[in-house]
Amino acid sequence: MTTATWVTGLAVAAPTGLTVEEYWAATLAGRSAIGPVTRFDASSYPARLAGEITGFAAEEHLPSRLLPQTDRMTQLALAGSDWAFANAGVDPAQLPEFDIGVITASHSGGFEFGQNELRALWSKGGRYVSAYQSFAWFYAVNSGQISIRHGLRGPSSVVVSDQAGGLDAVAQARRQIRKGTPMVISGAVDASLCPWGWVAQLTSGRLSTRDDPGRAYLPFDDDAAGHVPGEGGALLVLESAEHARTRGAGRVYGEIAGYAATTDPRRGSGREPTLRNAIEGALADAGVEPADIGAVFADAAAVPELDRVEAEAIAKVFGPSAVPVTAPKTMTGRLYSGAAPLDLAAAFLALRDGVIPPTINIRPSRRYDLDLVTGAPRAAPLRCVLVVARGHGGLNSAMVVRAVDRPAPPNR
Amino acid sequence: MSGGHVRRPVITGVGVTAPGGVGVKEFWKLLTDGRTATRRISFFDPSPFRSQVAAEADLDAELSGLTPQETRRMDRAAQFAVVTAREAVADSGLDFAGLPPHRTGVTVGSAVGATMGLDQEYRTVSDGGRLELVDHTYAVPHLYNYMVPSSFATEVAWAVGAEGPATVVSTGCTSGLDAIGYAADLIREGSADVVVAGATDAPISPITLACFDAIKATTPRNDDPEHASRPFDATRNGFVLGEGAAMFVLEDLDGARARGATIYAEVAGFATRSNAFHMTGLRPDGREMAEAIRVALDAARLAPEDIDYINAHGSGTKQNDRHETAAFKRSLGEHAYRTPVSSIKSMIGHSLGAIGSIEVAASILAMTHDVVPPTANLHHPDPECDLDYVPLTAREQRVDAVLSVGSGFGGFQSAIVLADPERSGA
Amino acid sequence: MPRSQFTLDELRTVLREAAGTDEGVDLDGDIIDVSFDALGYESLALLETASRIERDHGISLDEEALVAAKTPRELIDLVNAHLAAA
Repeated sequence: MTTATWVTGLAVAAPTGLTVEEYWAATLAGRSAIGPVTRFDASSYPARLAGEITGFAAEEHLPSRLLPQTDRMTQLALAGSDWAFANAGVDPAQLPEFDIGVITASHSGGFEFGQNELRALWSKGGRYVSAYQSFAWFYAVNSGQISIRHGLRGPSSVVVSDQAGGLDAVAQARRQIRKGTPMVISGAVDASLCPWGWVAQLTSGRLSTRDDPGRAYLPFDDDAAGHVPGEGGALLVLESAEHARTRGAGRVYGEIAGYAATTDPRRGSGREPTLRNAIEGALADAGVEPADIGAVFADAAAVPELDRVEAEAIAKVFGPSAVPVTAPKTMTGRLYSGAAPLDLAAAFLALRDGVIPPTINIRPSRRYDLDLVTGAPRAAPLRCVLVVARGHGGLNSAMVVRAVDRPAPPNR
Repeated sequence: MSGGHVRRPVITGVGVTAPGGVGVKEFWKLLTDGRTATRRISFFDPSPFRSQVAAEADLDAELSGLTPQETRRMDRAAQFAVVTAREAVADSGLDFAGLPPHRTGVTVGSAVGATMGLDQEYRTVSDGGRLELVDHTYAVPHLYNYMVPSSFATEVAWAVGAEGPATVVSTGCTSGLDAIGYAADLIREGSADVVVAGATDAPISPITLACFDAIKATTPRNDDPEHASRPFDATRNGFVLGEGAAMFVLEDLDGARARGATIYAEVAGFATRSNAFHMTGLRPDGREMAEAIRVALDAARLAPEDIDYINAHGSGTKQNDRHETAAFKRSLGEHAYRTPVSSIKSMIGHSLGAIGSIEVAASILAMTHDVVPPTANLHHPDPECDLDYVPLTAREQRVDAVLSVGSGFGGFQSAIVLADPERSGA
Repeated sequence: MPRSQFTLDELRTVLREAAGTDEGVDLDGDIIDVSFDALGYESLALLETASRIERDHGISLDEEALVAAKTPRELIDLVNAHLAAA
């Protein structure tokens, strides 16, 4: 019998909040952080809105030795790793050295760091490229830096699956726990809000070019016209149930109960998209029926064709409008590989509080048979929640999280 | 899945695109001849850089079967992956069109993704570095696929008709081992029946040269490119950049046997550990790599004495070669002194994330042919590196089980154990 | 025209920009003969520091001598030797 994988610590770095409770309060209140790009002058670009994190000063959280060698996304991830372990009540130094791993997803590495070094190279020459470039931009940097910061010598990895990657990382972390590593910190934090990142993102053809923050990112709306990019993500402390019980973990947010991933055939091949298989696979892996799922946190691409595919997959698995669907990322923008871990965090908080956060700004299209939670949060007794994440090129990942019933903790 | 049945991932198809020749045959001939494919960089004028040598692969996209559309939209590393995956698929003899697509997965390792494409495109949209606010109107339509290298996995998935789990594993220079470890898990846990897995990288680009120059990791031996990569030699002074890909077909042993497939090796054990020490530095004691080796051997149910050959990381930097020599001794004990160890980076350079998979290809070919490839350019033994590094000349000997290791920026230390499921006791 | 000398204050500035300051280290203190190791700077930090000095002063430091420079005084002397020779 394989051990259950519990989530016993959470950290959030979101445009709507840098603590779990701040983020959750904003999410339930439907407060958006989408606004004009301030980090660079975006006025000459067709897209000009973003979900930026404000109020994060890296020097307040990290030693100055780390600052010259880290991209913003690494600075956020390093701070997040501190918060996640604190939230879990874990001092990594107290565990045997090979007992904790770190498995993150990345989208585009430290793209802003890379931008600055590419600029140095082409404007001034190779001698102006930083000694830190060899790792500061690359996809593995957050796992490496988190490992060093906390002395984590367990199995570590990094996956890149565009926006589906956050779930793939957590699934890979669960594999390590099943193989015997007691604890893995997992998730993703992304940030590529810089001119070079912006131009690269524009070529996806999926960025909203609207200027009204309330009308820019409208998944499942007839007016859907692409998404708003954001920055941030979430880190989760995953732990085997036995280990969490033995150490008397203070919090158990729930269980990573099921997961599956699929890849769509190339467009024009005549074959069907495969998101439905991913959802059904995740349910089967969790050993639950569609009726057991109390809410779906949707990928919510806000590209009409992609919205249609997702809506149809959900309706086929669960029945027309048979399960509440929501997309709190309408408040933050899409955080690339950070998006799904943030949705996992929201899903666990929804389980905890028995409430589904809303999707903001949208008027649900009648074309889709979805029961979208809009306007205000909806109270619901939740046992299982499904999180869906999709990446460019047709990557689909789905994960089921489940509440954990625990006996009252012993008095200590 | 039937209860209790243990699925064992085996390699039944292999493809290689490496410096010195495209395809498995050319690759193996180069290695066993002990020839080197390192040369002065030809892709661009390397003279502004401290290190001006590399091992370049001579890929002809058209000859390799890529369509003009594929060539246009794919970075060189993606091209390597697709061409090489097709070779592996053909080699496996498996009828992919007859497989249930959702049961076929793809795992591609890459350390630096589409670095070459990103470097070139940045130069364009920034007007040679002049524009801080880079100009989107000059951006190529597939720039997003350069930005996010999971495009490599989807390209391979489309090329082979896979609709199961697809991802890129990016753990620096252990990516090529870690991708195979990841794929083996997909087979073992039943998430896929067949996985096309391996790794690719095409880093020979000005930004890569500049960043390795800055930390003096690459060799400055520009006057003698053919003998510039000198793992374990006392005169080694840095690695030589390489490029390429190796891809494999992995499937469950029972299925492979049932269809009468050629089985190269079982992925019998894999483990990775982090040194939690430094983003680029290694402690001399090799503790974490030794731990990865120990766990991988345990998973394979093999003892140190069962290992016939160690395919080393052997990058040719001072610290690496010392570090892993210590790791072998720490994990294998006395057997480390009796086991041939070699580094093919002496011949084909260090292709970052790809090399782990290329080294797995060398390892399984060593098993197939019962030949250990040599370490080229090893003339002056370093007292700090006192194992049997198979200098200069390939060695015929029985090879039933191989240990291959990798070490990556970020502190990743990985070990894979490949064993012949028929001949060894695994 | 005599070349300007590279000073400890300049080195402090470059170190701060290139590599930050380790917690518990007073870079403004008497550090001239304290090893870089004790100041919390490893090889990467020193490579970045040296690279900035080379760019700012248009010199190319001898690689082996750079590795051998273990304290601020030794590094400053090395830089000044190059400046004098330039």
